[in-house]
Amino acid sequence: MFSYILKRLAIAVPTLLVLIVISFVLMHSAPGGPFTAERKLPPEVLANLNAKYGLDDPLWKQIGTYVWGIVSDFDFGPSFIYKDRTVNEIIAQGFPITLTYGLLSFVVAVVVGVSLGVAAAVRHNTLLDYIAVGVSIGAQVLPNFVMAPVLVLVFTLWLGWLPGGGWQGPEYWIMPVIALSTSFMASIARITRSSMLEVLTSNHIRTARAKGLPERRVILRHALKPALLPVISYLGPAFVAMITGSVVVDIYFSTGGIGKAFVDSALNRDYAVMMGVTILVGALTIFFNLVVDILYGWIDPKIRY
Amino acid sequence: MKITTLLASSVLALSLAWQAQAANVPEGVTLAQNQTYTFWLLDAIKSMDPQLNTDVEGSDVLRNLFEGLYNEDSKGGLVPGVALSHDVSEDGKTYTFQLRDDAKWSNGEPVTANDFVYAWRRLADPKTASEYAWYIELMQVENAADVIAGKMAPDQLGVTALDDHTLEVKIAAPMPYFPQMLVHTSTFPVPQKVIEANGDNWTRAGTLVGNGAYTLTEHTLGERVVMTKNDTYWDAEHTVLDTLIALTINDVNQGLTRYMAGELDRVDMPAGQYPRMEKEYPDQAISVPYNCSYIYMLNVGPKGPEALKDARVRKALSYAIDRDVIVDRILQGGQHAAYNWTHWATAGFEIPDIEYADWTQAERVEKAKELLAEAGYGPDHPLTLRLQYNTSEDHKKIAIAASQMLKQIGVTLTLDNYEWKVHTDRMQNQDFDMARYAWCGDYNEASTYLDLMASYSGHNNGQFYNDAYDAVIKQSKTAEDPLPLYQEAELILADQMPIIPIYHYAKVFMLKEDIKGWPVDNLNQSWYGKDLYRVAE
Repeated sequence: MFSYILKRLAIAVPTLLVLIVISFVLMHSAPGGPFTAERKLPPEVLANLNAKYGLDDPLWKQIGTYVWGIVSDFDFGPSFIYKDRTVNEIIAQGFPITLTYGLLSFVVAVVVGVSLGVAAAVRHNTLLDYIAVGVSIGAQVLPNFVMAPVLVLVFTLWLGWLPGGGWQGPEYWIMPVIALSTSFMASIARITRSSMLEVLTSNHIRTARAKGLPERRVILRHALKPALLPVISYLGPAFVAMITGSVVVDIYFSTGGIGKAFVDSALNRDYAVMMGVTILVGALTIFFNLVVDILYGWIDPKIRY
Repeated sequence: MKITTLLASSVLALSLAWQAQAANVPEGVTLAQNQTYTFWLLDAIKSMDPQLNTDVEGSDVLRNLFEGLYNEDSKGGLVPGVALSHDVSEDGKTYTFQLRDDAKWSNGEPVTANDFVYAWRRLADPKTASEYAWYIELMQVENAADVIAGKMAPDQLGVTALDDHTLEVKIAAPMPYFPQMLVHTSTFPVPQKVIEANGDNWTRAGTLVGNGAYTLTEHTLGERVVMTKNDTYWDAEHTVLDTLIALTINDVNQGLTRYMAGELDRVDMPAGQYPRMEKEYPDQAISVPYNCSYIYMLNVGPKGPEALKDARVRKALSYAIDRDVIVDRILQGGQHAAYNWTHWATAGFEIPDIEYADWTQAERVEKAKELLAEAGYGPDHPLTLRLQYNTSEDHKKIAIAASQMLKQIGVTLTLDNYEWKVHTDRMQNQDFDMARYAWCGDYNEASTYLDLMASYSGHNNGQFYNDAYDAVIKQSKTAEDPLPLYQEAELILADQMPIIPIYHYAKVFMLKEDIKGWPVDNLNQSWYGKDLYRVAE
């Protein structure tokens, strides 16, 4: 197990390097640059800017300098657009915000999603099942860019209960969490339901029931764990997707999170910020995929490392 | 701007020197207890450094944190800022500014002429790598181009502190509108000691030292900016608003919703909303002329399509576009249909008689068909062109309307939507036939528009090179009354049609009715928190 983790971590390094190189090349091949402006810069000013940010070096050298900065000083460089911020600072400001609403959304999505899914499976083909399926399909098809403005309209403009956006305290967290968690919750509910239905008809559940175990114990102790396997493989990437934020949530609720910063950096050609966030998302994805694989081994005794 | 007006404004500057021109609260008005003003920003502020800022929104914030030589009044005229007045030498090339002696930085130190010298050198210095370095070149400050290019040391720049309160600026050629250019944020003074001590981080909340009416207390990137009244400001006594809060909301519709929920005092209005809001909230919905012009630029250069090299075709395209439909049906916010380049409300400018502006649309279409046939295009030889625009619902609507309008004269437009950077890059590399373009004046004078179409401007992406035009523009620089020359330039544009004017902008916004002092008559819509106040309801 321990050597397996080490091995996976060792593979992560070249994976990240490949990610960096591909992103770097793709980014630089997009038309325009960070200093492309409505008024074309005089060549000498552009030359000064390129020199300041090292953009006049050949691409391989830029990649080298960049990677070396990260390895030696954990320095992701200065933002090309936000002149008084470094990439580290932009991430340090935005990521905790994203992490807060992402983690909360994750908890809400898992708790509500799994409960709904289990309830629907256990009460298969009853009204409860239909309601649960209806809710989750409704939540799935309602995109968050529709839901976010509707939430603001209802809770801010009509009811006046919640602030329409910003990031000043817990009351600002509620709408972003609802908007972000809904579709994940729906997916989790549907996966849980179908997987639970399958497990409930399997032999070991029939055995458990035959032995006269109370239904509650059958479900929670014997059915839930195996039923969660497909859910867990979904949760790894979903978790990363949630904690690295959502551009829709950031735009509609003005949270100042990292999701908006990521999209902006691409549009602004803010190469450094874009690389920083790409590496962050890449590293988190690799890490949580590993966590999922370890969880697999814990839940399913058939899997050995 | 006409020389007479210019002189008047200099005199105005002198005569107002000892007057307070902060919030002008009339007698008998009761001020509200709450003097916080919350306004909307579309995007995160990129820099709080006057010499590095490039955005209109950034300038709105910087005008409150710093103060330049002159400020704008509610009509866009000049009023004293740090400078009380100035003298111009006989040859028009040396300006001497008398600075007030009570101006202070927010750390209590006096603001001196050296702070301006430092800031201006910094703007030009290649080491600063400012994207707005060209502005000091545009101001024609002596040696600016050479300093920017690194051929001369920054201290060779034509700006000198004669003493603590006297600043001398030498410019390369007389330029009557030079003082107008000084309200631009890139010319604002900056505190040398603070910058040297803190490097790039000097613009952080808590570290930033400014000389404006407000100080920076909080800046969460992409979320909010909070500014509080600066007690060391020379006119703090007449500053009424005590807190300015800027909230970043990336979606204009969302901004309007939050305005309606009472979270904002001012917000820009999404296109098409004005008629409804004006009806429902006549005291809050405002539409005023705004210093920008919307055009379709035509590529007449070697990389452009053959058809566009023929002025008859270019005119036909322009005639066929029904501007009234675009402003009255699509934009609906008080924009003006445009048949010329310079914004109609620009100070000292009058639109000359442009023939096709007075025709009916039916006449224009008729003429367009004739011109196109003359140029050899018709059913047997149809004309197809590409029109590119940057991503935006409004640009898309206008482009679709234009393609419908051109269809009636037999021209097919293919629409290409690109994100902003790609759009700009393609334009600057002449990879386009027709491209959506807009220009916002840097100052309120026609040259900010007309210079752009000169062959040497460096911004003339359509590569319209016309000797007569260049000659007129060059002549206007030293003319006592440049207006006839500006009008001549506009007539050349109307005759050659290298650009298709579409409309002149209006600023359309919602402002709470208890906020007073908004400069509705200022074409640049430059506002200063110190001039605003909130009345009790």
